[in-house]
Amino acid sequence: MATTDTSPQVVEGILVEAIARLGPDPASITRDATFEDLDVDSLDLVEVAQVVEERWGIEFDPQDFTNVKTFGEALDLVLARMP
Amino acid sequence: MSTRRVAITGVGAVSPLGVGARTLHERWGAGCSGIEDGLGRADEFDPHDVVSKKEAHRTERFTQLAIGAAAEAIEDAGWSGGPPYEPDRVGCVVGTGIGGISTIEDQIQTLTERGPKAVSPFGVPMMMPNAAAGAIAMRYGLTGPNWCVASACAAGAHAIGSAVRLVQSGEVDAIVTGGTESCLAPVAVAGFARMAATSQLGISRPFDARRDGFVLGEGAGVMVLEAIECAEARGAEILGEVLGYGATADAFHLTAPEPGGGGAARAISLALSEAGVDPTDLHYVNAHGTSTPLNDRAETDALKLALGDHAKRIPVSSLKSATGHLLGAGGAVEAVATVLALRDRVAPPTLNWGEPEEGLDLDYVPGSAKPLPDGSSASRAIGISNSFGFGGHNAVLCLAG
Repeated sequence: MATTDTSPQVVEGILVEAIARLGPDPASITRDATFEDLDVDSLDLVEVAQVVEERWGIEFDPQDFTNVKTFGEALDLVLARMP
Repeated sequence: MSTRRVAITGVGAVSPLGVGARTLHERWGAGCSGIEDGLGRADEFDPHDVVSKKEAHRTERFTQLAIGAAAEAIEDAGWSGGPPYEPDRVGCVVGTGIGGISTIEDQIQTLTERGPKAVSPFGVPMMMPNAAAGAIAMRYGLTGPNWCVASACAAGAHAIGSAVRLVQSGEVDAIVTGGTESCLAPVAVAGFARMAATSQLGISRPFDARRDGFVLGEGAGVMVLEAIECAEARGAEILGEVLGYGATADAFHLTAPEPGGGGAARAISLALSEAGVDPTDLHYVNAHGTSTPLNDRAETDALKLALGDHAKRIPVSSLKSATGHLLGAGGAVEAVATVLALRDRVAPPTLNWGEPEEGLDLDYVPGSAKPLPDGSSASRAIGISNSFGFGGHNAVLCLAG
């Protein structure tokens, strides 16, 4: 379901929900948390990117997340691409 | 050729009869059935008891069942603190008939409805048949030889046989091995039904004249095997021994067994020959016994061919009467059940048997369990576990308990 609400709070909430589905405790998904600490790997990040693509129609290349280390960096990357 | 003897030091099972190898043994022995509404679901298994949320998200049910059975077998072997050998000297071979068919079904639907970009990055690693062997190795740090055996309904027995060869040859000191299957996806249920392989009545009654096909089931069976000198050196409790393994092909038909059971008989004879066991030394036969018209007749013929007159004196029973057909897990769960039956010197029953058919005249242990015959080797009971697969694959394990 597409939504027009692209506020940082809404985007963050949806990303936290998507990542929590992969295993991590939602409370541990903070801006400074690294994906290594969260035990989130490259396959997981593809699935998170799919959620974003489906929701907001933004397309990512697999390498877009290569240098993203923390949840905050991933959130900023997604927010920067918002229409 | 002198080879190392292979001890069984741990067993685990998840099946329609419940969670746990001893549960399987006790419930089958008591005549319980795990079949409901024409399917053998492993309902008592909750994957969250054995896998983390992360693992659950990236593994298919056939892998989760295998992890459940492996966890039990490894604890049973006393390996809870980690394998007692160099990790490179411990392998893992797990068979499956199909692999992650629910994921295949689901991802094809996703592709069709939502396009290629929506296909999950976990689709391939979840559907691959070797996922279970990989997952078990990762969990326990087993860095020796690791692969999957695929031979339809003989996969579990072939996997154990392959693992036995690795221990015998000295390539590994120990190995975690077995079979797993969860093949209850609608496409599989429909496919087996269209072959007329499954029972329209939803009743598993091997060797009965009214049998009309098998009942689909799911589950996993895992054994820990160790070179006997290694197991003895660490003071392990030895549950049993794999004495022999025979594998042949019918080279006859895609799905039908060779009439007369010649290919299966050769596999039985090979397993007995390697074990150095004469048919008169045999206490028990754990049959493939699918409840299909063709298998049960060909298997009966094969037993007569391989065992001669002695075939009629040995109890022959089929676990599939209580669980349905676990396909690639069948041979492994049945090997586990066989070892425990041999240890207790009991022949568990073939459930639902009531009407004899001409020529199907072995002792199928109808109704209730009974003690094994004394046989000529009184020290320990010896049995065989038969497995045959679509494609003409025959695998037989000769076990001592």
